Amino acid sequence: MPFLLNATAAPAAPGDGLMSLLFIFLLATFVGLEVIKRVSPLLHTPLMSLTNAISAIAVVGSIVIAAEQKTTLSTVLGTIAVTASMINIVGGYMITYRMLIMFKKRETK
Amino acid sequence: MHEYTIQFFYAVAAVCFILALKWLSAVPTARRGVITGILGMLLAVVGTLLKPELLERGFGAYQWILVAFVVGTVIGVPMALMPMTAVPQRTALSHAFGALAAALVGAAHFFLESPNLSKFTMGALGLEVLLGFLTFTASLMAFGKLQELLPQRPIVFKFQNIVNLSILSAAVLIAIFLIFDPGHKVLFLVMSALALTFGVLLIIPIGGADMPTVISLLNSYAGLAAAAMGFVLDNKLLIIAGSLDGSSGLILSIIMCKAMNRSFTNVLFGGFGQLQVATGQVEKRNVRSASPEEAAELLATATSVMVIPGYGMAVAQAQHKVRELFDQLTKRGITVRFAIHPVAGRMPGHMNVLLAEADIPYDKLMEMDDANPEMPQVDVALVIGANDVTNPAARHDKNSPIYGMPIIDTDKARTVMVIKRSMNPGFAGIENELYFMPQALMLFGDAKSFVGEIVKSLASPS
Repeated sequence: MPFLLNATAAPAAPGDGLMSLLFIFLLATFVGLEVIKRVSPLLHTPLMSLTNAISAIAVVGSIVIAAEQKTTLSTVLGTIAVTASMINIVGGYMITYRMLIMFKKRETK
Repeated sequence: MHEYTIQFFYAVAAVCFILALKWLSAVPTARRGVITGILGMLLAVVGTLLKPELLERGFGAYQWILVAFVVGTVIGVPMALMPMTAVPQRTALSHAFGALAAALVGAAHFFLESPNLSKFTMGALGLEVLLGFLTFTASLMAFGKLQELLPQRPIVFKFQNIVNLSILSAAVLIAIFLIFDPGHKVLFLVMSALALTFGVLLIIPIGGADMPTVISLLNSYAGLAAAAMGFVLDNKLLIIAGSLDGSSGLILSIIMCKAMNRSFTNVLFGGFGQLQVATGQVEKRNVRSASPEEAAELLATATSVMVIPGYGMAVAQAQHKVRELFDQLTKRGITVRFAIHPVAGRMPGHMNVLLAEADIPYDKLMEMDDANPEMPQVDVALVIGANDVTNPAARHDKNSPIYGMPIIDTDKARTVMVIKRSMNPGFAGIENELYFMPQALMLFGDAKSFVGEIVKSLASPS
């Protein structure tokens, strides 16, 4: 994978890169569990739509494939992937915000 | 832009995502959370678009991305404007899009690099594509069921679990084989097809009331597919964002399972709706019923009212009428609150957004564990469209299929009123003994019009 290679850390030994990625995965999962445990059940639907929008970060990988245009196949797949991610980014953030506006403490009359 | 700068952008984006979820924990900070999430996404996208290898290719590199951005926005905006009753199916659909993106990037990467893929990369790629494709079709099926394009009832056939597990194992075995021999493009296609098939079969036996668990599980899978993509592309931001999504889905699924006193395996392979249709003892017992006027009278004399909403309220679109009832009662100085079971509705938190949309202040919405201790002090418990989550049999009847499931202690209220179309049993196919208790009153009719009648009766000076 020539693209997206991390320029900051050249792995000293084979397996180093893998280990650091695994560390990141484990730590991020742990942070995720701790943070999300605290979300009030009141907001579980917005939580799901927000995490959904966040996981549309797959757009980052899709953009590179769609931009490189190495083969027709990869360009088509990449473009569909960018489209699908974009739907989730736009739709996900918008609907989460829309839901949160609805949560009011006192009636506005 | 320099690679270091891009990595810096990614790092800030990762922090933004974590803060976004942290601030989402409570209503007062939640909107700030969304804005922070948008900021993170913006940084990540801009950073990627300014990669030197993209910039040097000039506009040509961006033509398809631009098209995709436009098309994505055109589809994404209406999906954000759907009514709150449709949020479960919208969510299922967005899981499908997320998973599809991950799977397609994985497939593109495979066909570009095969057979020159390291064992590690191929392993992560296999996981990404498997999870991506199975989540894609599973989410589409869930969407179909929620949108009622497909039958809601679980469909069960002989050897179903064996067939499903064989298909999944075959796909996994191919993925393992590809790790050692990543040159087999045909096998990769077979694996993808198997994953797509498994996703469909996985959802066929799942009934409507299990949707909250299944949607949470699919949420988790979509996140994990994105994280696997991060391993393939050596992109730390993808791993972080993907695992945040994965852990969120996991927590929600665990909460949903606990709220139904069931295990993952039971939800996925149980065929819940099939289990106990033959409960046999359909002895005709008498229930007391009441008219809207009588119900209104009882409500008007109460000092504390607890509403227990369920999916039936969403189906009947009764939430706005419920809000009018809330107004009428509150005007008379009556305390009205809502006791919400974690699995009420078709996705986690579904009832809360529906009631919030109907302008009911969110501090009146109580979680089950907070509401239950209050129930003995409640004068009238009004059940709207909920059934199994109010059945006291879950507490004491060891033979009941829902035994052990946490319920809202509706029976402890002084008077219980249940709005229901008929005496038909609920999703689990069991009789609700609540309805036969001496303090229970059945209000037969459509939830929306019945609540409307009560409101009319309360509004007219008597």
